[in-house]
Amino acid sequence: MSSTSSEQHSTEKTEAYYVPSQSIWPIVGAVGLFLMAFGAARWIGGGGDQYSWVLFLGSVVIIFMLFGWFGNVITESMSGMYSAQMDRSFRQGMSWFIFSEIMFFLAFFGALFYARTIAVPWLGGAGNNAMTHEVLWPQFQAHWPLVTTPGGITTTAMPWQGLPLANTIILLISSVTLHFAHINLERGLRTQVKLGLGLTVLLGCIFLFLQAEEYIHAYQEMGLTLSSGLYGNTFFLLTGFHGLHVTLGTIILFVLFCRVLKGHFTPAQHFGFQAGSWYWHFVDVVWLCLFVFVYIL
Amino acid sequence: MSTGSASNPLVSDADEHIHEGHDHKPKGFLARWVYTTNHKDIGSLYLLFSFAMFLTGGAMAMVIRAELFQPGLQLLEPNFFNQMTTVHGLIMVFGAVMPAFVGLANWMIPVMIGAPDMALPRMNNWSFWILPFAFSLMLMTLFMEGGGPNFGWTFYAPLSTKYSPDSTALFVFAVHLMGISSIMGAINVIVTIVNLRAPGMTMMKLPLFVWTWLITAFLLIAVMPVLAGVVTMVLTDKYFGTSFFDAAGGGDPVMFQHIFWFFGHPEVYIMILPSFGIISAIVPTFSRKPLFGYASMVYATASIAGLSFLVWAHHMFTTGMPVAAELFFMYCTMLISIPTGVKVFNWVATMWRGSLTFEVPMLFAIAFIVLFTIGGFSGLMLAITPVDFQYHDTYFVVAHFHYVLVSGAIFSIMAASYYWLPKWTGYMYDEGLAKWHFWCSLISVNVLFFPMHFLGLAGMPRRIPDYALQFANVNAVVSLGGFAFGLSQLIFLVVVIKCMRGKGERAAAKPWEGAEGLEWEMPSPAPYHTHTTPPEIK
Repeated sequence: MSSTSSEQHSTEKTEAYYVPSQSIWPIVGAVGLFLMAFGAARWIGGGGDQYSWVLFLGSVVIIFMLFGWFGNVITESMSGMYSAQMDRSFRQGMSWFIFSEIMFFLAFFGALFYARTIAVPWLGGAGNNAMTHEVLWPQFQAHWPLVTTPGGITTTAMPWQGLPLANTIILLISSVTLHFAHINLERGLRTQVKLGLGLTVLLGCIFLFLQAEEYIHAYQEMGLTLSSGLYGNTFFLLTGFHGLHVTLGTIILFVLFCRVLKGHFTPAQHFGFQAGSWYWHFVDVVWLCLFVFVYIL
Repeated sequence: MSTGSASNPLVSDADEHIHEGHDHKPKGFLARWVYTTNHKDIGSLYLLFSFAMFLTGGAMAMVIRAELFQPGLQLLEPNFFNQMTTVHGLIMVFGAVMPAFVGLANWMIPVMIGAPDMALPRMNNWSFWILPFAFSLMLMTLFMEGGGPNFGWTFYAPLSTKYSPDSTALFVFAVHLMGISSIMGAINVIVTIVNLRAPGMTMMKLPLFVWTWLITAFLLIAVMPVLAGVVTMVLTDKYFGTSFFDAAGGGDPVMFQHIFWFFGHPEVYIMILPSFGIISAIVPTFSRKPLFGYASMVYATASIAGLSFLVWAHHMFTTGMPVAAELFFMYCTMLISIPTGVKVFNWVATMWRGSLTFEVPMLFAIAFIVLFTIGGFSGLMLAITPVDFQYHDTYFVVAHFHYVLVSGAIFSIMAASYYWLPKWTGYMYDEGLAKWHFWCSLISVNVLFFPMHFLGLAGMPRRIPDYALQFANVNAVVSLGGFAFGLSQLIFLVVVIKCMRGKGERAAAKPWEGAEGLEWEMPSPAPYHTHTTPPEIK
C-alpha cells in the first residue's frame, strides 16, 4: 500500500486533506476504557461483584462511542469529504493495526514455542538442568502435549480431528465467501455481495458455536481447563484470544452486511468493507497457525 | 548560512495577525482541549502531561533518595520503598519520557513535513486522553489496601504473580491502556509520515527527527502488543490459575524475562531514538553547518532498531542460559555500539570547524552527547557477559540506565523544549534562568549518578532500602545530588510558565540564526492551522 501512495502523491498537490473539527467521541472512548479497566481490575482483584457493573457500564459506553464515532465517519465518507489521500491513511492505519495484532499473537505463540522447545525439556533434565530435575521433580517426564505437569496435574490433549478440523474447513470456506463478496462488490453485483457476506457471517457464527462446544467438551469430559498446566494455558489463551477476534470479526462483518443492505459502498470506494475483510483474512491466518502448532504438531 | 525570507519579525507579526483571523481556535475549555483534533493542542497536552508525570515520578525519586541518605531504615517501610522504586520507574518510562516524545512528534512532525495535521486527528485525541485515565488507575493502587505494584518496573514473575499485592490487576489494565494509547499514537505517526508529506518532501529530505520517529513508531507497534501479551499472562497466572511462569505447571519464570525483554529492549530504543533526532536538529543549528553524514544517520538509526530485536537476553545473562545463547546476545549487543558510534562521530564532525554558539538548547545537546556516550560505554561494559555477572543487579546498572535516560533522553527533551518553545509560545525563554537550569542540572546529575558506578562495582545491590555501612558516604553524596537535581527542575517549570504567560521577548519566526526547516518559515507562535494546503518543497 505504501508503494502506491508514493506513486500517486504528486497527482494531488492542491487537494486539501480533511481535518475533522472537534469530536466528543475520543473522550467518551477514554472514559469507557477507563470504566472497563477499572471495573474488570477491581472485579478480578477481589473488590466484589458490584464492580462487574462498572465493567458492563464501560462496555456500554464503548459501544455508544463506536456507534457515534463510526456514524460520523460514515456520514463524512458518504458525503464525499474523503480524498484518495484520506483513504490511504485509513488503509495504512488498518494495516498497521493488524500488524500490532500479529505481534500480540506472536507473544503467545512465542510462549508456546519456548515452553515446548526449552522450558518443558529442561524440566525433564535436558541441557545443563539435570539437578532441577533430580532435586525437584525426579518422576517428571518431558513430553508434549504436557498431559502431566511436574506438579502432578493431569489432563488430556485435544485431538485435531473432529471439531477443530471442521472449524478449519469452515474458516477457510469463509475466507473464500468473503473474497467472493469482495470481488463482486468491485464489479457492482450487489446481490452476490449480500450472498457472500451473509454466508461469511453465518460461517463465523457456526465456527463460534462449534468452538463453544469444543470448550464445553474440554471442560466437562476431557478435564482440559485453563488451569491444567502449560498445555491448557497455551491452548485456551491462544484459541480464546482467537475466538475473541472471530467474535469481533463476525460483528464487523455483520455491520458491513447491514451497511450493504442500506446501499452503502461503491465499487470504487469501500474502505470499511476492505478493512473488515482484511481483518477477517488475518483472523483466518491466525487460525491456520493455531491449527498447525496447537492442535496437530 | 540561510537567511530565510520569513525571519523578519515584523513580517511574521503582521502575518500572525492575519492568521489569527483564520485560526478559529475553539472557544471554551472542553471544545479547545478535550474535544480537540488539533495536533498542536494535542502535542501541548502530551507535553504538559508528561511534565506533570516527570514531577510526580521525580517526587518518588526524592522519597527513594531520602530513605537512602543514611543506612538503616529511616523513613519508609520496605514494602513502600519497593512501591516507590516500581512506580517511579513505570511513571518515568510510560508517563514522562514516552509521552514527551509523542508530544514533540505531534507538534513538530506535521509542521516539519508540510502536513495540515496528523493523519487521523480524532484517534490522536483518543491516544492522549487515555493516558490520564491509565495513570489514575496506576496511582490509585498506592492508596489501596495492600499497596501498589512493588515488584519493580520490570514486574518479574513470580514477584508480580505469586507474591504481588491484590491491586496487581489494576496495574495490568493500566499497562493495557498505556499500550493502546502508544500503539494508536505510533500508527498515527507512521501514517502521517508515509502519507502526508508535502509534494517534493522525499524520504531522504525528511528532518532526522521525523526519520527517527518513523523508526520509533515501527518499534512501538512491534513491541507494545508483546507487552500486552506478557501482562496478560501475569494476570492469568495470578488470578486465573495458569502457570506460564510457574515451573510446577510446566512453565518457566525465565520465560517471563524472555517475553518481557523482547518488548523491553526495543522499548529502551523507543526512549532514545527520538533523542537522536532532536540532537541532529540542534547541533547543526548552533554549529551553523549542515548535519554531517545525513544518510549514515538514517541507516544507523535503522540498524539500531533492527539490532534491538536481537539483544534482549543481555538483560538475563545470569539466568543460566546456554553459553551459545550468551555469546550470541553478547556479540549482537556489542554490534550496536557501531551505529551508535557513527551517530556520535557525526555530531562531533558537525561541530568541527562550525561557528558554534552556546544557547541553552545547544548546551543541553552537547551535554547529551558527552553524558549519553558515558552511558553507552557503561552499556558496553554490561554487554560483556562474564563482567556482567559482577555488575548484574547492582547500582552499576542503575547508573548506566540513568545516564542514558536522564542525561540522555530527558536532557534531549529539555534541549528540544528550549529549542522549540519560541515556536510554540511565541516568546523567547529567559536565557539567564535557563542557563541556571542547565548548569544546576548538569552538575547535580553527575553528582547524583556518577558515584553510583562505584557503589555498583563495590557490590551494592539495587532496589534495596537499606545497605551496608561502607556505602554510607557515597550514598549521602548521591542523595544530595538527587535533591539538587530535583530542585533544579523547578527552574525549568518557572521558565516554561514564564514563556507560556508571555513574559519575555517576542520570538521571531526564526529565532535561531542557523536553523533550517519548514517550522522556521512560519510565524512564532505557529498559527493554529498550518500547511492547510501543502507547501512546495524544492
